[in-house]
Amino acid sequence: MSKVLLEARAVAKHFGGVKALRDVSLSIREGEVYGLIGPNGAGKTTFFNCMTGLYVPDGGGFVFDGQPLVADAPDQAAARGIARTFQNIRLFANMTALENVMVGRHVRTKAGVLGAMLQTKATRDEEAAIRQRAMDLLHYVRIEDRAEDLAKNLSYGDQRRLEIARALATEPRLLCLDEPAAGMNGTETAELRDLIDGIRRDGTTILLIEHDVKLVMGLCDRVAVLDYGALVIEDVPAVVQKDQRVIEAYLGA
Amino acid sequence: MDIFLQQIINGLVQGSIYALVALGYTMVYGIMGLINFAHGEVVMIGTLVTITVAGTLIKAGMPVVFAGLAGVSTSVLVCVALGWGLERIAYRPLRNAPRLTPLITAIGMSIVLQNLAMMIWGRNYLTFPSLLPKINFEVAGAHFTAIQVIIVVLSAATMGGLLALIYRTRLGMAMRATAQNPAVASLMGVNINRVIAAAFVIGSALGALAGVMVGTYYEIAHYQMGFMLGLKAFTAAVLGGIGNLAGAMLGGVLLGIIEALGAGYIGDLTGGFLGSHYQDIFAFIVLIVVLMFKPSGLFGEKTGDRA
Repeated sequence: MSKVLLEARAVAKHFGGVKALRDVSLSIREGEVYGLIGPNGAGKTTFFNCMTGLYVPDGGGFVFDGQPLVADAPDQAAARGIARTFQNIRLFANMTALENVMVGRHVRTKAGVLGAMLQTKATRDEEAAIRQRAMDLLHYVRIEDRAEDLAKNLSYGDQRRLEIARALATEPRLLCLDEPAAGMNGTETAELRDLIDGIRRDGTTILLIEHDVKLVMGLCDRVAVLDYGALVIEDVPAVVQKDQRVIEAYLGA
Repeated sequence: MDIFLQQIINGLVQGSIYALVALGYTMVYGIMGLINFAHGEVVMIGTLVTITVAGTLIKAGMPVVFAGLAGVSTSVLVCVALGWGLERIAYRPLRNAPRLTPLITAIGMSIVLQNLAMMIWGRNYLTFPSLLPKINFEVAGAHFTAIQVIIVVLSAATMGGLLALIYRTRLGMAMRATAQNPAVASLMGVNINRVIAAAFVIGSALGALAGVMVGTYYEIAHYQMGFMLGLKAFTAAVLGGIGNLAGAMLGGVLLGIIEALGAGYIGDLTGGFLGSHYQDIFAFIVLIVVLMFKPSGLFGEKTGDRA
């Protein structure tokens, strides 16, 4: 069995009196596609936000690749190798598709203010490399012909792809996708599935939040179910599908 | 007609200076939504530092060119340090405070810097050393000086450089991304603190240059000079659409020209009742009109390309 890449240890988060996460513990192994499912409001996105440093957990914490993750430091989470997309797409709307991906390269490059002002050779070389790598990623998600278009002018499906390309630009070891199939039709979902499969084959671990149960069960190696902020079960899809508690959570029995 | 052309030229010169200062307001606003009212004082300190350094060196017998360059560089360095320090000490601790809090702090810092300058440089008007030879030109009945030409050319070059920085470099891209969505930018590994510090540093460097230009142009300086200059540059930024770089540049130049034309014709317009020393009212008429009819400014839009 491959080693654990991300471990959540009793992560808790409250919003006023609402317990959005109740001591959630789970572990994601290197190289797998891990699904996180649950009814609306179960705490899936809150879990993502705690993990990527957008929220500070009220209890517990995360261990990534053997080292604890610093809370409240999104840029450090990115530097450690965690990238994400958003349920409601959050691109830099007034920048081109290419520029969006180039921003994603930020964490892996280092040219400073002085270099930028003096336009040293090192800076210019690095910027050329950033541009090239960004083009490659647009090609990878198959929207390279939209490179110079503003992100806001892309179609919905292309915006989702662009968000994935931008996340991949940070060279993540763990890619977190928050409902990537939301609002997609059958064809687009099938293409997305191929894309995610490809990313996994290229060696990136994937954490997938998704409502589309068929997609999750077909794609994921293991699945965790959240309900009312608590972990119900964590197992392979075949077991999760038959679990009485999961059926109750989804059917509200 | 020659008054018209003359005032256009004067306005262009004054407007270039407004534009440089306005960029400092607009960059900081674009990235963190703060109106840094202490920015005018940074410009003032840029002028006064140049007076001290260049004046002293000239008195010590250094050639004017080198003394001037030393004065300008020192002034840029001091202002950059000041801008960086302001953000670090006064604004960063208030990053998550309600918006009014940093605004009041900015006004407070403006008062602190004015008083500090008064303690260092005194209450009197200071003479700015002549750094450039006085050469006059005449075209189509309008007079202008080498200093005016240099101010306009240098401002244009500086602004071109800034645009290249914002639109072509990795830092500029990070700044634009942060302006659009700080949370997502930080998830991409952009260090928000560094981007904000960069906005203050770059704005202050531009402010220092503007300070030197003001000093060279009017040959006089005072610890309170930053107040009115700052307000007018702020007006220029609002006119162009605060948060928008091109808007600040255009707004600055437009405001300069409006003001100069107003000053040139106010006597005729009011039958001699008001003289050209009332020119300040035009900037604030512009501010009021913009706020009443197009508060987002010329280029402003809610989700505009801010940086």
